[in-house]
Formats: sequence, structure tokens, C-alpha cells
Amino acid sequence: MEAWFALLVGIFFTVAIYLLLSKYIIRVLLGVAILGNAVNLLIFTGGRLTRGVPPVVPEGADTLAGRAANALPQALILTAIVISFSFFAFLLVLAWRAYEDLSTDNTDEMRVAEPEEEPAQPLGY
Amino acid sequence: MAVSTSPPADLSAALVIEPVAAADWLVILPVAWCLAFGALLVMLRRPIGLHPFIAVAGLAGLVVIDGLLLQQVIASGPMTMVMGRWLPPFGIAFTVDLTGALFALAASIVALAGGIYSLADINDSGRRYGFYPFLMLLMAGVSGAFLTGDIFNLYVWFEVLLISSFGLIVLGSEREQIDGAVKYGFLNLVATTLFLIATGYLYASFGTLNMADIARKAEGLRGTAPLMTLTALFVLAFGMKAAAFPVNFWLPASYHTPRVVVSALFAGLLTKVGIYALIRVTVMLLPLEREELSFVMAAVGALTMLVGVFGALAQSDFRRMLGYLVISGIGSILAGVAVGGPGGIGGAIFYALHSMLVMTALYFASGVAAKLGGSFSLLSLAGLYRRHVGFAAISLMLAFAVSGLPPFSGFWPKVMLVKAALDIGAWWLAAALLVTGFLTTIATGRFFLLAYWRDAAEGRGATAEAQIPAAILLPLAALTVLTLTIGLYPERLLSTIQNAAAGLSEPSSYLNSVFPGAAR
Repeated sequence: MEAWFALLVGIFFTVAIYLLLSKYIIRVLLGVAILGNAVNLLIFTGGRLTRGVPPVVPEGADTLAGRAANALPQALILTAIVISFSFFAFLLVLAWRAYEDLSTDNTDEMRVAEPEEEPAQPLGY
Repeated sequence: MAVSTSPPADLSAALVIEPVAAADWLVILPVAWCLAFGALLVMLRRPIGLHPFIAVAGLAGLVVIDGLLLQQVIASGPMTMVMGRWLPPFGIAFTVDLTGALFALAASIVALAGGIYSLADINDSGRRYGFYPFLMLLMAGVSGAFLTGDIFNLYVWFEVLLISSFGLIVLGSEREQIDGAVKYGFLNLVATTLFLIATGYLYASFGTLNMADIARKAEGLRGTAPLMTLTALFVLAFGMKAAAFPVNFWLPASYHTPRVVVSALFAGLLTKVGIYALIRVTVMLLPLEREELSFVMAAVGALTMLVGVFGALAQSDFRRMLGYLVISGIGSILAGVAVGGPGGIGGAIFYALHSMLVMTALYFASGVAAKLGGSFSLLSLAGLYRRHVGFAAISLMLAFAVSGLPPFSGFWPKVMLVKAALDIGAWWLAAALLVTGFLTTIATGRFFLLAYWRDAAEGRGATAEAQIPAAILLPLAALTVLTLTIGLYPERLLSTIQNAAAGLSEPSSYLNSVFPGAAR
């Protein structure tokens, strides 16, 4: 089961990186969203996958009886989901503002902060 | 039901519940303090006239707290506080050692200087958009990152400071800022995501997130776990946060766009958090892998230095030049981490602390230059010396400090780094350090010549002497005096830094503080 999930995570990362390499902000945004999910899935798989085994220590014992999924990675994912969601929301608004203010979503044309044509350097004193 | 075959867990240690000692609360206080002030400022949304005073008082308090913390750590070694008395490695531990305390103190000094400078730089509209709450929350993230002893917690603090920095970088919403913020935002988010991936792999291999526990277990896992992959991922993620060469392009694209005080705070705080995390993970947690990667890191460091300083030479804008100098400084720190040993790590820590103070002061100076000369550009900036002699003197001192000339704070770390590089026979790294220092002198000297000594052209810019508001002059002068003092009397700081570097390479006292009596 883990092997299939590893493959799925790999596909997620491939798609995310492909989209992140795009020049268009909207595709980059989609890439960010998929990247966040790829990481979450990766941590989830890292915490072992078992079907329907609650990680409950039986009465009188100190440790788990069988092989159960680790609950901690799921808590980590919960944190990461909240964080990546808030970042995605911020970047979505930022991209929209950038589109409104700079009237482009092509990063090649976003040269306001670093203009392409700069005046020559002062040479004399 | 199958009977468990694993040996019965020893729960006796976990059942000892003692109240947290009063002194231990100091460990968490910087974070709690900043969060409390941030929350207070968010609640006081309407009376924006009060914001600056509350924030400056809060930051002054933070300096005092971090100073006490450093004193406590010097006196009694690393301290640990575990959240909710869940004993490590299960609970989230805050562990502060000398390195963390030194970085936290330097960060709080930078933030206090920024808070005072902002009195003259941030107007009512900036206050209404929440400059001060963002500043306090940024400091919560920065302090948390320096003090935490848990690697996932470190990730969370990275995100706290990143989201606050997003708020600060778009403050003002000019076209330039939006453009810079897009690049800053996306690339930094990718960097923290890489950090999260590495953390996920780390947990899957180690089964723990506590840094002391990781340092203990790394030895036994070397044969089976993919530790080199992990280390490479961490180095890439933190290198991107710190703006090391092949992944540095977000910094020069964005650092010159926001308000001067925001640029200054970013230059002093953000890249240094990345460097701190890199030092913590590679030196303390995975030392053997750092040695394996040391050539790569040294090459990256040398390239970062040179790319940074050549970029600085090519700029005609004060703040853009400073952005490249920040990158160049990161290269020097990376070189120290790559060389390793007490000299290399100590030099890296010293250089990082020096760079925090000096780069912040230089950004302040760029703001003053723009106020006096009406522009950030070398094409129209001229005659600053005539306008304010004292400011010209301060700028010259800072230029010397950033170039690593004596008697300023940049000199000693540079000596340590060059010596450490020569000691291991990496003459090319030592040469890169020295050439970078020389080129930095040329870049800043050229700037000084043109902006300060050149006479203003006729009819352009006033030539009379000008006044600088006290809120600007005070932090600028204070930081300059601080770098001069460190340069003249480095002994105490130097010995503390050497102890800090030793504590990272040989973390037995750190481990003892997290697991009393159980360390190797």
C-alpha cells in the first residue's frame, strides 16, 4: 500500500513542479496548491498506512498490541494544512492585486521592481 | 489478542511531575511576550496613536528579557522548558543554548532599533494597516525559531514569521511592492515547503522531532536511514531561506521595494533565521553529513559571496546594492559552516551577529540618504557630506564595518573565517573571502565617493546643512556605536561565541538539559 502511495506522491510532486516552472502566476498558484497536498500526503504515508486499526493501547499493557498507523503525522498534517491554506489564500489575493496593478500575470513582464532598461551608471566624479 | 513482544516501557521517568521552575519560564517568555503585545496591538485597532509607544516599550522589554536569558544561559548552561509537562521526546521542548540566546538578543536589538526608526518612517496609514502588530508577531516568529528545540515547531515559527513578513512587505501597496512581494512570497513559500518535506522524511526515519533526540539517534541510524538525502534537502531549504547563490533571486527582487524600516528589519532578521536553522541542523543534528557536504557548501558559499559583491558593484540604487551585500554576507557565513571546527562555526555565528546589526544600520542609512538627497539612485544622489557631516561619518564607519575592515565588528569574524579556511588548506576559500572584502570596500567606497563627496549639480537638491529627526539618528548611531564597540572590545563576545560553537559541535550539555541524566 505504501508503495502505491509513494508513486502517487511522486506524481503529485511532478505536477506541482511542472506548474511552478510556468511563467503564469495562475499556474504557479495551482502548483503551490498541489505542492502543499503532495507534502501532506508524503507525511501521511510516512506515518504508516493501516486500515481500520485504532492506535489504542489495551488495558494492562504498556505498548500497542498490533501494527497501527502513527497518529502524530496526522497531527502534523493538520497543522500543515491550516498553514498552507492560509498562505494559498494570501497568495491568491496577492496574485489578483498584481494582475490588477501590473495588468499582467506573466512573470516575464513583471519588471517594475527590477526594470529591464536601467540608465547608465555615473562614470565621472 | 497478541501479547506485545516489545519490552515493557519504562514509565517511571514520565510519571515524575514537578512544577516548572520559575527561571525556566524565561525560556518561553520572549515568544509569549511578543505574542501578547501583538494581540494587544491588534485589539487596539482604533487608537493608532498609541501603537508606536506600546510597540517600542514591548521591544525594549524584549531586549531586556533576551539579555537576561543570555546571562542565565552563560551562567548555568542550556535550559529546557517542555510545553504542558509532556516530557521529551514527546512534548514540544523549548531549549535555549548559547547560540540561540545570542541570535535572539541580536534580533531583539535590531527590532528595537527598527521600532524606534519607524516612529519617523511609518505614517498613520502604515499604522492603520497594522505595521506594529505585524512587527511584534514577526518577532514572535523570529524568537520562537531561535529558541525552540523541536524541528516541526521550528517549521511553524518559520511560517509565523513568513506570514508576518508578507504583511510588512506589502505595507503601502505600491506597484513596485506588489511586484517584489509576488516573487518574495512564492519563492519563500516553496522554500518552507521544502523544509516541511525534509521534516516529514526526518520523522519517518527517526520517529522523533525533538532536536536533542535526533542528535542522539543519528549515530545509530547512519547505516539504514537516508541521512545524506535529508541533509541535502535541509541545506537546500535553508539555503533558499538564507538567499544562498543558486536560489537567491527572490532577495534582490524584493528587498528594495518596501518601506526602509521594513527592508532593514528583513535584512537583519529573515535571512539570518535561515542561516541559524542551517547551522543548527547541519552542525548539531547531522554533523557527519555536514562534513560530507562541506565541499558543496564551501563552493556555494564562495559563489554566493562573489555573486553578491559583483551584484553590489553593478547597482546604482542604494537599497538594491545593500540587498546584494546581504547575499554576499550570507556567502561568508556559509563558508564558515562548510569549514566547520571551532573557528569556522564560531566565525559563522560571529559574522551572522555582525551582519544583523550592520545590514540593518546600512538600510537605515539608505533611508536617511534618501531623505536628505531625495533619491535612492546614485544618478541624482550627491553632496550628502555637505548636508550632514555626522551622518557621513556614520555611513563611512558602516561601510568599513560591512567590508570587514578594523576596528569594526566585521573584522574579527573575517579573521576567524580566513584562518579557519587556511587551517584546513582551503586556500581558494580564504582567497574568495579576502577578494570579497576588497570588492565590498570598492563597492561601498564608490558609493561614498559619488553620493557623499560629489557636489550636487546646480539647481538639483539643496546644499545647506540639514537636520535628521532624533528617532532616525538615535537607532542609527546606537547600532554604529555597537559595531564599533564590538570591534574594539571583542574578547567577551568572542569567548561566548567560541563556547556557543563548542556547544553546537559537542552538544552533550544541550542533551543533558533536555534529558537530565540520560545523555550519553
